[in-house]
Amino acid sequence: MNRPSALKMAFVHLGLSLMCIVTLYPVLWVVKMALSPTDGLSLTANPFPETVTFEHFREVLFGTDAEGRWLFGRQLLSSLVVSGATTVVGLTLAVTAAYALSRFRFPGKEGGMQALLVTQMFPATLMLVPIYSILQKLRLLDTLTGLVLVYATTALPFCIWMLKGYFDTLPRELEEAAVMDGASPLQVFLRVVLPLARPALAVTALFSFMTAWNEFVLAATLLNDPTRFTLPVALQRYVGEYKVEWGKFAACALVVSAPVMALFFALQKHLVGGLTAGGVKG
Amino acid sequence: MSEVILSGIKKSFGANLIVKGVDLQVGEGEFLVMVGPSGCGKTTLLRLIAGLEQVDAGEVRIAGRRVNDVPPRDRDVAMVFQSYALYPHMTVRENLAFGLTLRKFPQVEIDQRVAEVASMLELSHLLDRKPKALSGGQRQRVAMGRAIVRQPQVFLFDEPLSNLDTALRVQMRGELARLHRRLGATMIYVTHDQVEAMTLATRVAVFNGGVLQQVGPPLELYNRPANRFVAGFLGSPAMNFLEARRDGQHLVGKGFTLPAPADLSPDAARVLVGLRPQDLRVAAQGPLTGTVDAVERLGFDGYAFLTTESGPVAARFDRGTVVSVGDKVSLLPMSDALHVFSEDGATALRHPADRESLGVAS
Repeated sequence: MNRPSALKMAFVHLGLSLMCIVTLYPVLWVVKMALSPTDGLSLTANPFPETVTFEHFREVLFGTDAEGRWLFGRQLLSSLVVSGATTVVGLTLAVTAAYALSRFRFPGKEGGMQALLVTQMFPATLMLVPIYSILQKLRLLDTLTGLVLVYATTALPFCIWMLKGYFDTLPRELEEAAVMDGASPLQVFLRVVLPLARPALAVTALFSFMTAWNEFVLAATLLNDPTRFTLPVALQRYVGEYKVEWGKFAACALVVSAPVMALFFALQKHLVGGLTAGGVKG
Repeated sequence: MSEVILSGIKKSFGANLIVKGVDLQVGEGEFLVMVGPSGCGKTTLLRLIAGLEQVDAGEVRIAGRRVNDVPPRDRDVAMVFQSYALYPHMTVRENLAFGLTLRKFPQVEIDQRVAEVASMLELSHLLDRKPKALSGGQRQRVAMGRAIVRQPQVFLFDEPLSNLDTALRVQMRGELARLHRRLGATMIYVTHDQVEAMTLATRVAVFNGGVLQQVGPPLELYNRPANRFVAGFLGSPAMNFLEARRDGQHLVGKGFTLPAPADLSPDAARVLVGLRPQDLRVAAQGPLTGTVDAVERLGFDGYAFLTTESGPVAARFDRGTVVSVGDKVSLLPMSDALHVFSEDGATALRHPADRESLGVAS
């Protein structure tokens, strides 16, 4: 391998720096809005705030509604509960389904796999109306349980395909060795297969959690009570018909995206490892 | 009582009949080696005994019990896999103890058995390592230890040494033989390596195309192969085969005339003559001549590979003999060296009388 020339490297770095600026510019603007004392859109090219105040953050984090309820706390809790429960429910179902699809032969297997793929072809908004009426029949409208059910269901196909792909790469001989050692099918699954699938489980869990955490359309349609809102729905409160509270909106948006960024940062090594896990037999 | 009896075993995958009706008895404490080319059904047969596959027809009996419908864990057999199949997320200790833990042995006994096996296989200092921190030979020993620790009635080995380098393979071969003497358990061992078969087995079973060709002690198979396949499979380089016809007191083929052995039935008009390379000498004069294509010098002796009118022939030569590629040389068979097979190679018509010297195989 030849070392690229200094000139070439300079061009590469220049290009990458430009891309970084283009990508980060809007983000910096959001930060500026959140930190500026005004509530309007300042139409200047400067992405750095002229005066810094944490007033918007204070109002977003600790503000109360007319009845004196601490909305942010409740909404953070429902977001956490919904995302956490979605992850647990979705992953439990996906991991068992994926294992069965990877290892066992049964009628309807191929058709089932394809049906799962087909569901991914339609946009989620298409299902809004049927989901709404189903939840209404089940008396689960405006409940977190209903939202968890919907999220877990929509996340399932992707999770199943992802995990099945990983299970396919695990050598069968390991499971056969466990069978010879006297393990029942359930013990093979719990004590040999699951521990080995940890990287794939981490990726899939993160995916479910983030999808549920960021989802807006379904949550906005299915929830009515502001104390049950998930955070993306709460964000919408700052965008009114006549007035947009840009400062608070920006501050809240930053607060909402912080946990996801932290998770991504903490797990990025596993993410890359998990996504390429099928490539190399370990 | 831990003999294994297979009767009329058949197994197919899809439309392919892999095992075509095998009858085989493995006595208690025996070390039976199943050999054959890839795809001959030997591994499938092992997996049928283990219970990892279900037989289509026939019966598997272990220790007098019919086990066709018994799940693997209740057959009291242990298996060592070609890839070792160690659990990557467990330490060596946990790998060894896994089978006992599942069977709910008391912890005291588990610890004791693991310690015992670990010291037997010199693994004691590695017990807290994960498999990925072990060398190939150590992984191999852990795989064997995992089988031994359960004290099963029957051990099954699926080409356990094929992933090791040559030196390690020779060493592990010795350890396996020692292990068999020490445990006295029934062992069934699959390999495609005829040296492993010859050195480890109390009896060898040779398979081809899903059919058992011959079973017997290694030297008996070497000295008295039942057909052309067995004769060609055991021994290295492989036995030479020459087509010949009976002409009075002689066997005549393309470019050679050999005296017919006295004990060969005169009915056999067309036959296949089998000559081991070790029974042919490069000499000044001999009944068979050819051109040398290749020479392998092994130090003490060597092998010359010739093209003759009857096809390719390999012959041994001694250290003192000078042979080079392109030479035209003559080959002289040693006295009473001829194996004779029917024309199609399906049955053996005669073998040389047993010679003690044949005990030293290549």
